[in-house]
Amino acid sequence: MYKILKNDGNMELALVAGIDPKSEGLARAREKGIATSHCGIDEILEDSEIKIVFDATSAKAHQLNAPKLKEHGKFAVDMTPAAVGPFVVPTVNLHEHLEETNVNLISCGGQATTPLVHAVNRVVPVYYAEVIATAASLSIGPGTRQNVDEFVRTTASAVQQIGGAKIARAIPVFNPAQPPINMTNSVYAVIKEEFDESAVIESVESIANEISKYVPGYRLKGTPIVDYRETPWGRLPTVVIMNEVVGAGDFFPTYAGNLDIMTASAYQVGDVYAAHLLSVKEGAR
Amino acid sequence: MNIPRLTDTTLRDGDHAISHSYTPQQVQAIVKDLDEAGVPVIEVSHGSGLNGSTIQQGFSKHSELELIKVAVQTAKNAKIASLFVPGIGTSEELKQAAEIGISIIRIAVHCTEADVTEQYFRLAKELGLETVGFLMMSHTQPASVLVEQAKLMESYGADCVYVVDSAGALVQSGVRERVSALKEALSIEVGFHAHNNLGLAIGNTLTALECGADQIDGTLRGLGAGAGNAQTEVLVAVLNKMKIETGINLAILMDAAEEKVAPLMQSPIVIDRDNLSSGYAGVYNSFLLHVKHAAEKFGVGVAEIMEELGKRQTIAGQEDWIIDVAVELASKKGIKV
Repeated sequence: MYKILKNDGNMELALVAGIDPKSEGLARAREKGIATSHCGIDEILEDSEIKIVFDATSAKAHQLNAPKLKEHGKFAVDMTPAAVGPFVVPTVNLHEHLEETNVNLISCGGQATTPLVHAVNRVVPVYYAEVIATAASLSIGPGTRQNVDEFVRTTASAVQQIGGAKIARAIPVFNPAQPPINMTNSVYAVIKEEFDESAVIESVESIANEISKYVPGYRLKGTPIVDYRETPWGRLPTVVIMNEVVGAGDFFPTYAGNLDIMTASAYQVGDVYAAHLLSVKEGAR
Repeated sequence: MNIPRLTDTTLRDGDHAISHSYTPQQVQAIVKDLDEAGVPVIEVSHGSGLNGSTIQQGFSKHSELELIKVAVQTAKNAKIASLFVPGIGTSEELKQAAEIGISIIRIAVHCTEADVTEQYFRLAKELGLETVGFLMMSHTQPASVLVEQAKLMESYGADCVYVVDSAGALVQSGVRERVSALKEALSIEVGFHAHNNLGLAIGNTLTALECGADQIDGTLRGLGAGAGNAQTEVLVAVLNKMKIETGINLAILMDAAEEKVAPLMQSPIVIDRDNLSSGYAGVYNSFLLHVKHAAEKFGVGVAEIMEELGKRQTIAGQEDWIIDVAVELASKKGIKV
């Protein structure tokens, strides 16, 4: 909501829906003069002007919402781990999925790390990738805490599908340090063949740059390094990439880069889709 | 004083110290001796828990499930336990280990994050396992926080909660406060897991017993992460002297420690500068070999990396930050990385 209000993009915010009339989120939307509904998805479905719906409920709720949204011709940006539609990362594959009716944003760690794996893989095949997503404990909600398995499965699967790694692992870490730490991610990409280190570094730096255009607090921590590691496949060069995401502070505290990268990516997906819709309309005229 | 239940974790905590290289033959030989000696619980898994074979933690040389299977088949009386860290392991590995025949799962999280363990305690209970909650890095939080977290684990179905001194950073007053508070607040058992960075592994374990601990941990020859643990055979000798009847055969343990475990060590486990600086800074013990690797690669000192990792309040599972710290220290010194 805050990102749509702040940015002068291709979308207009028509409605914020929830299920609790007394919820803080709906109150904030009303304060900003935005129409709200506490009847869940129903009012969204009734409004034919609404073309794009951001679903930040839960995996279970989205599984129920998805067919309804599709039936009513809405484009769903799924921010839950439901993964009804294909995974999208704006810098990697968004343009392939503009004709879909439902796309999934993986997870915070997935948005931050899969493009980095992809950046290595487009230069030299990544045999094994492991991503460690570390966030401040305070920024991890009960949904994630009660289902760590889901984060692990979804993110690892996206490291393969989006990143291109043959084998993948994803491990979350919740750190309670005070003051809270920024979101940090590490990527280990194990390579089985000879490769041009500087081309890999250049590719990674370039994608990080692109991501920072829609997630301003996204940056690499230092230059990626190549370390030799003992692996089940022998002693192999491993590209180690470290990344930090500082939130924009639009609503969540700045340390919660994990939440910011999800909302910023969702905004970017919505905005590009909206531009696509507008251009299709223009073209039809 | 209680007669404590002793868990030997040479084949789990010790896995860190030998870079995850246990073979099925080694596991079989060690389990056989521990079982014959009458040690009631033997823990076997990757040092970082089920499915811990990763770049971050270190890859295992042999399949962990195969090692667990050998342990289950070898033990006649001892129960086999495994460690499980949510996020490193998932429900899938927990089910596989239960299928192979482990009896106990020890579910470990940083000591403020107990609420991520709920789904795993419930699953473990459905699988018919005995459950232990492991509050890692217990030195970082006061007794009141540990009580709150332990109570969550109790509500999810834990049969016991451990105060885990992962960094070997607790002194005896700290053990006393924490173990006593848990004993008072919980209706389930309480355990204590020591590391020896400050030379207090045995002493702290005795303090925990004085405060009513029901379960304690040890490793043969102290073979565990970093400075190692309370030595199982020394603990048994001390308990014998204190007339606490564990029924464990000391002679078999001494032989096993000397003949089976000592030869596996890359170097003797002593409180050298690296281990003391780690414990003093309150850094997770299994970081040690990773810190040594980074120190060598980037030309900085182990102790200074440890100090910075302590300042950054790193927790279990954050081995990736070691590189970040080492690179930063190197660039501050003008070393090109």
